[in-house]
Amino acid sequence: MSLHIKNGLLIETAGSTQRQADLYLQDGKIVGIDKAPDDFQAAQTIDAAGRWVMPGLVDCQARLRDPGQPEKANIESETLAAIKNGITSLCLPPDTQPAIDNSATVELIHHRNEMFGHRAHVYPIGALTRGLGGEQLSNMASLRDNGCIAFSNAKIPLANNLVQRRAMDYAAGQQSMVIIQPLDHELLGNGCAHEGAISTRLGLPAIPEAAETAALAKDIELVAQTGARTHFGQLSCARSVDMIRRAKAKGLPISADCAIHQLFLTDHDIGYFDSNMFTIPPLRSESDRDALREGVADGTIDCLCSDHQPHEVDAKLKPYPSAEPGISGLDTLLPLALRLVEEEVLPLADLITRLTLNPATIMGLPGGKIEVGEIADLIIVDPETHWICQAANFVSKGKNTAFEGWDFRGSVTHTIIAAEIVYQL
Amino acid sequence: MPANGNIQLDENGRLRHFLSIEGLDQAILTEILDTAQSFTSVADRTIKKVPILRGITVANLFFEASTRTRSTFELAEQRLSADILSLNVDTSATVKGESLLDTLQNLEAMQIDMFVIRHQDSGSAYFFAQHVRPGVSVLNAGDGQHEHPTQAMLDMYTIRHYKKDFSGLRVAIVGDILHSRVARSQIHALNLLNTAEIRVIAPRTLLPVATESLGVSVYEDLERGLKDVDVVIMLRLQKERMRGALLPSEKEYFRKYGLSQERLQRAKPDAIVMHPGPANRGVEIESSVMDGSQSVILQQVSFGISVRMAVMSMIVRQSGLQSGSET
Repeated sequence: MSLHIKNGLLIETAGSTQRQADLYLQDGKIVGIDKAPDDFQAAQTIDAAGRWVMPGLVDCQARLRDPGQPEKANIESETLAAIKNGITSLCLPPDTQPAIDNSATVELIHHRNEMFGHRAHVYPIGALTRGLGGEQLSNMASLRDNGCIAFSNAKIPLANNLVQRRAMDYAAGQQSMVIIQPLDHELLGNGCAHEGAISTRLGLPAIPEAAETAALAKDIELVAQTGARTHFGQLSCARSVDMIRRAKAKGLPISADCAIHQLFLTDHDIGYFDSNMFTIPPLRSESDRDALREGVADGTIDCLCSDHQPHEVDAKLKPYPSAEPGISGLDTLLPLALRLVEEEVLPLADLITRLTLNPATIMGLPGGKIEVGEIADLIIVDPETHWICQAANFVSKGKNTAFEGWDFRGSVTHTIIAAEIVYQL
Repeated sequence: MPANGNIQLDENGRLRHFLSIEGLDQAILTEILDTAQSFTSVADRTIKKVPILRGITVANLFFEASTRTRSTFELAEQRLSADILSLNVDTSATVKGESLLDTLQNLEAMQIDMFVIRHQDSGSAYFFAQHVRPGVSVLNAGDGQHEHPTQAMLDMYTIRHYKKDFSGLRVAIVGDILHSRVARSQIHALNLLNTAEIRVIAPRTLLPVATESLGVSVYEDLERGLKDVDVVIMLRLQKERMRGALLPSEKEYFRKYGLSQERLQRAKPDAIVMHPGPANRGVEIESSVMDGSQSVILQQVSFGISVRMAVMSMIVRQSGLQSGSET
């Protein structure tokens, strides 16, 4: 397969300028920019005039619920949602059922993706402990050899600091990265909303910032102790951004992401108990949201992810505190991200870096840049299309959006994975 | 769409559900109190009944234990001539795995017109109201730590009965504000009725963050907080809701926050003492105060019936379900 994309505006990652250029793709790779290789014969040509050509998005945190929760979603449904929304790589947290703590599950995921998937790359993150039980280390070396890109205990607590220290040491010794969602489970308790005036008014059990920041402080100390390469996922607090900024300044080997919805929603959006607004970590205050935006803009927060958590209708059709947390995010990752440019939070090239090059580099994955010799995972975006977000039109099986009725601009017209068009509007 | 975006009001601003004091206005609260007053005489009749809810079926759905709220609701329903179905859902369908919504819809299929619901989740009353069929009403008999609006209205009734006007009053609410749905409803109601000053008095561990944002002043010292108040509302120390380390001991709580005769002296001489019940004698309130001349705790209970009659009759008037009889 060979593909010629002509007249598109290349949106490259930070540091380079946007310019109109032709791209030549062959044998899975980008083989020419501006100029075709000598013997290039285009089997197909896309005229991308007036549209953007950019690397496919690398989503560093998306739950496909496969294996184990077919009522919520599966690899087939969610990889389709991914490619239709410009996401070409997905990193899967280990809290599947069974957990990604053994090679058979890793193989099962890859097998299902080959059989039923829609060509998006899926990258399992291995369990840090057996069965995510928090006590015994998982077989990290074998899991890494089988394709786990990093190790995490998802949102499940470790038994104690000693287990965490040893897990980080062991992972570091295996040249593997640890991914941590900082969360102190005692301070979390049965909380379901940010501790503030809203939780007070609604009588919702509250989650203080310290549920995240106290854990993060300890986690950062353990990074300093062990030197383990660590990525912090789905931060929600202003104070966390500050702590990451300071830890990075000290030269610790850390990186961080935040879920895209945290940049747009606050606890005010809970309204009269809208269970679609229930997330862990919770939607926080406006000042937290603004600090997260600042962190994204100045690079303290390296990546933006969907934190995709698709649910069946019944999971949310409950009173707020009894509903299951999480937002179905694949369908809204790119349009929300583009809004950040519109709202002048950061320039387009920087935004694309947070969505492509940074997550790819941090997770050690191919993709994320437009260079000769790179894998040809590309998307073409029409920046002008206006559309209204409607859960009913979601490709994801999870219709649990927090953005119903939002006005979005920009839509994916083509998704190209390894030089093949896997989706076309 | 409801007048102010709150689903408990219809497009004309009339009461369709009764879910929270928040979202209502002073006119509705006053109407409830006036209507309740007109019902107090019903209790003095030989036949304590009026036909306002004749032909209407009310289901009392209690997912959490309750004695006085449930029995005063039932009495109110009986005095309004409703047909009544009372369910302790705790012990029935939901333990068999039936979803909340299924339970609700099965009952709807029995042509229930009005649900009185108590549930342990904050926001559950709104959840039910959002999912009942048009024309079916929901009354909140307590949802988690959110609101308990009929309790607050009977408290307002009690205050108005003894003090006439709210605008010159200092009211103190003492105790476990953090876990109290009663306190939240009372605070909203007192604010809507233009109470001069609302104080909440509690140790910091029993105060939610940003308590001041509810429109109250916060005291951590009981004796200072009680100074010159007209009304003292004591809250139950909800022991079952305590999750570790909120308080050192009941003894210390009583020492610092228990209402004794001596401390009550700091309030105005004609101050009234209230408690939504059930009270823990010797924990938040001394027996002699509870049984003393300033206590109106038992009157609260009897006012509870007319207040609940008032709310149900206003809802039925709004819905047009009324059985065509004289009121």
